[in-house]
Amino acid sequence: MSKRILALLMIALLALAACQRQPEVIPTVRPTITPSPIPSETPIPSPTVEATATSEATAEATVEGADATAEATATPSAKQVADALLQEVVVEADGEVIIGLAAALSGEGLAPLGIDIQRGAELALVARPVVTVDGMEFTVVLDAQDDTCSADGGQAVASRFASDEQVVGVVGPMCSSACRAAAPIFDAAGYTTISPSCTAADLTTSEYSSFNRAVVSDAFQGVIAAEYIYNTLGASRIATIHDGSTYGEGLVRVMSARFEELGGEIVAADAIAVGDTDFRGLLEDIAQEQPDLIYFAGFPAEAARIADQRGDTGLEDVILMGADGIRTQEFIDLAGDSAEGVLASTSIAASSEALDAFLALYVETYGEEPPAPFHANAFDATNILLDAIEATASVNAAGELVIDRAAISAHVRALEDFQGLTGVLNADGTGEMSVADIGISRVTDGAFAQIAIGSIDDETVIITETEQ
Amino acid sequence: MTTVERTRGVRTWRDAALDLLRNPVQLGATAILIVLLVIAVYNITPQNGQPAEYQPEQFLRQLTFGLAQGSIYGLIALGYTLVYGILAMINFAHSEVFMAGAYIGFFAINAAEQAGLLLTNPLLALLITLGIGMAASVVVALLLERIAYRPLRNAQRLVPLITAIGASIALQQIFLRLFGASARRYPDVNLYVLPQVFPLECDVVDAVRVCRGLDLISGRYDVLVFGIELRLLPIHFLVFFLALALMTALWFYVNRTRTGKAMRAVAEDKATATLMGVNVNRVIVTTFILGALLAGAGGVLFALYNQQVTPGMGFLPGIKAFTAAVLGGIGNIPGAVFGGLFLGVVETVAPSMLGMSTQLKDVVAFGLLVLVLIFRPQGIFGEVLVTK
Repeated sequence: MSKRILALLMIALLALAACQRQPEVIPTVRPTITPSPIPSETPIPSPTVEATATSEATAEATVEGADATAEATATPSAKQVADALLQEVVVEADGEVIIGLAAALSGEGLAPLGIDIQRGAELALVARPVVTVDGMEFTVVLDAQDDTCSADGGQAVASRFASDEQVVGVVGPMCSSACRAAAPIFDAAGYTTISPSCTAADLTTSEYSSFNRAVVSDAFQGVIAAEYIYNTLGASRIATIHDGSTYGEGLVRVMSARFEELGGEIVAADAIAVGDTDFRGLLEDIAQEQPDLIYFAGFPAEAARIADQRGDTGLEDVILMGADGIRTQEFIDLAGDSAEGVLASTSIAASSEALDAFLALYVETYGEEPPAPFHANAFDATNILLDAIEATASVNAAGELVIDRAAISAHVRALEDFQGLTGVLNADGTGEMSVADIGISRVTDGAFAQIAIGSIDDETVIITETEQ
Repeated sequence: MTTVERTRGVRTWRDAALDLLRNPVQLGATAILIVLLVIAVYNITPQNGQPAEYQPEQFLRQLTFGLAQGSIYGLIALGYTLVYGILAMINFAHSEVFMAGAYIGFFAINAAEQAGLLLTNPLLALLITLGIGMAASVVVALLLERIAYRPLRNAQRLVPLITAIGASIALQQIFLRLFGASARRYPDVNLYVLPQVFPLECDVVDAVRVCRGLDLISGRYDVLVFGIELRLLPIHFLVFFLALALMTALWFYVNRTRTGKAMRAVAEDKATATLMGVNVNRVIVTTFILGALLAGAGGVLFALYNQQVTPGMGFLPGIKAFTAAVLGGIGNIPGAVFGGLFLGVVETVAPSMLGMSTQLKDVVAFGLLVLVLIFRPQGIFGEVLVTK
């Protein structure tokens, strides 16, 4: 009998061990130029009990922290200290400033997007390993967590960061679904987040105090996509598909509205479920309507299947267009030959010497071209957070760095003339800060190549074809 | 008691209608079925000279997709049904057995491509892939049986069920750790058959080799059937007929061989079978091997026409196959395949026939499962078993 129980326990343990998700799934090449101040292991979170941070954990953590400080400074009420702690981050004289990073580091077709973001943030810290406040230097480290590009993943990551009072601010989450789920939790905790990639238009109209983004809203991306399809490609009958995510649904809504305004016709509009493998039935319905183009808002795994299965239903000559979610090398690898000719829009950084130098460093450090579009946005987001710390933090008598969360939030929301890699960023008070252009790329010979740039100037959309 | 006696006699339509009226659940289900039928009929009838929402050729095309997908469900469902039939246990880790076949098969076919075998002798390469995929599935199934199920054979019925779920998650995560989360893509395979009937002519156009002939794997052919132009994929038919052939072979194995007889004996009564000299452990291992062989074959076939393989790929087909097994009557071999085909066709055809979003295809499929089970709780081919 005891043997049987033992076996059951062993299996349960095995299952538990396996469940502890370690985000590091794609082997990222570690920086070859050894940036001494950054412990190379920081991006990998240790799978400890903390991983299952719940609200109880939050309460516990705060109470513990409060007790410790209460003993040290003999403040009258632990409650007051706890409240103050929530609003202030205190870093010891030789301590580390922790920046959270939330991105999808695992998942089919998603990991390259997240890893690209992580690398962007890592390179920001390579260039700027310390923050200097009042003449004292504090090392900055990254705490990378997997947001799984889903609402529950975003919620889990937000709870985890919100319960860790040492996390100053967060770069991320990566996907709009995760951003939407995480924002209320970060709001309640008084945190500041800067997402490099959450593009859903309604994220900045929902009055989240914690949400900021260093990427162009889908309000622009969708409009430019519609203009490009209708005016440049001359397609007037299109079919739309989204994947049911906040991002996909929102993007299709913006694009469709503009497309119909222009006089185009949406001949079929449908949604798919993430993780599904057979879209032939849906494509057959679409084939019945004979559209000029299929617009898909979602992520690479599903996009690749749609690209592939187009041919099974006689749609192989119909253009497939996606957005920043699919503009990854992974999509091309998954779709094989059927990726050829697929279009994708994404926000692009204005070309500059700084950007060229960054890209060169990227290739040198990780040994490959960026696999996804958001590295520069992550770089900017990280730098904005570091700037905010330097501008608002102070060093107290004990030589500790005191960071006020409210001040960080106010600083980020009032950002002016930030010279980033993606362009000049100005916060408009709602969390929006980027006005970069949108580039349209086409898969040519197994790689995305930019073919047009769209920009919006006083409500007028200007699309310039760059080559081919 | 009265109802049981009446069903033994001749049932008239009147009896059936009266039974229905007495049963509110069945009455509600009937109402829903009628509403769905009305929507479907409305969608397939042309209105005021306008073509119908749903065209017959659309149905025919979707039918072929649905049958292919359903065949895969059927192949996996056979594994569920076999294990349930013998052990009265639901092997939830069977979806990972399927995944292992497809995933390890990838390495075989990839190696074949690297070695050039895929181009020179595609049939051999495919057979090797199929063999290695099936072998991988068998290894995983044997490990499962030995580690996760055998020590718990005499435990309560719920215990192995929970272990199965644990083992499923563990296997998935092991594959995730070993091979990474990124999807892998099966290479494009061209297998030309019957060169006598379909002459093979190859040209090089723009540095790409373009061939004519009957390509069993990647071919797509526009065929005119009864005046309707259909795009047919031989792979869909290959999957379908292979599934039927394997099912028939399995049926003969279980019903016509000595081992099959032993399997049926164990299914009936384990203790008595042991007394009759049946090696129960060996029979159970055989059952797992049979299920794994079919799942492995299903995995490789699935990957051949859906191409992407990931550690998480088994989950959805596994759930669907389990559903198919229940639908067909769990423990029944032709029932599993029929259930798979039914589910595959319904989930492909029903959303567009009913004018619903494809996002809801699982809702439609599982909703129909509930409706079927309301009328036949034992499944379509299931027999009512006398509980001991």
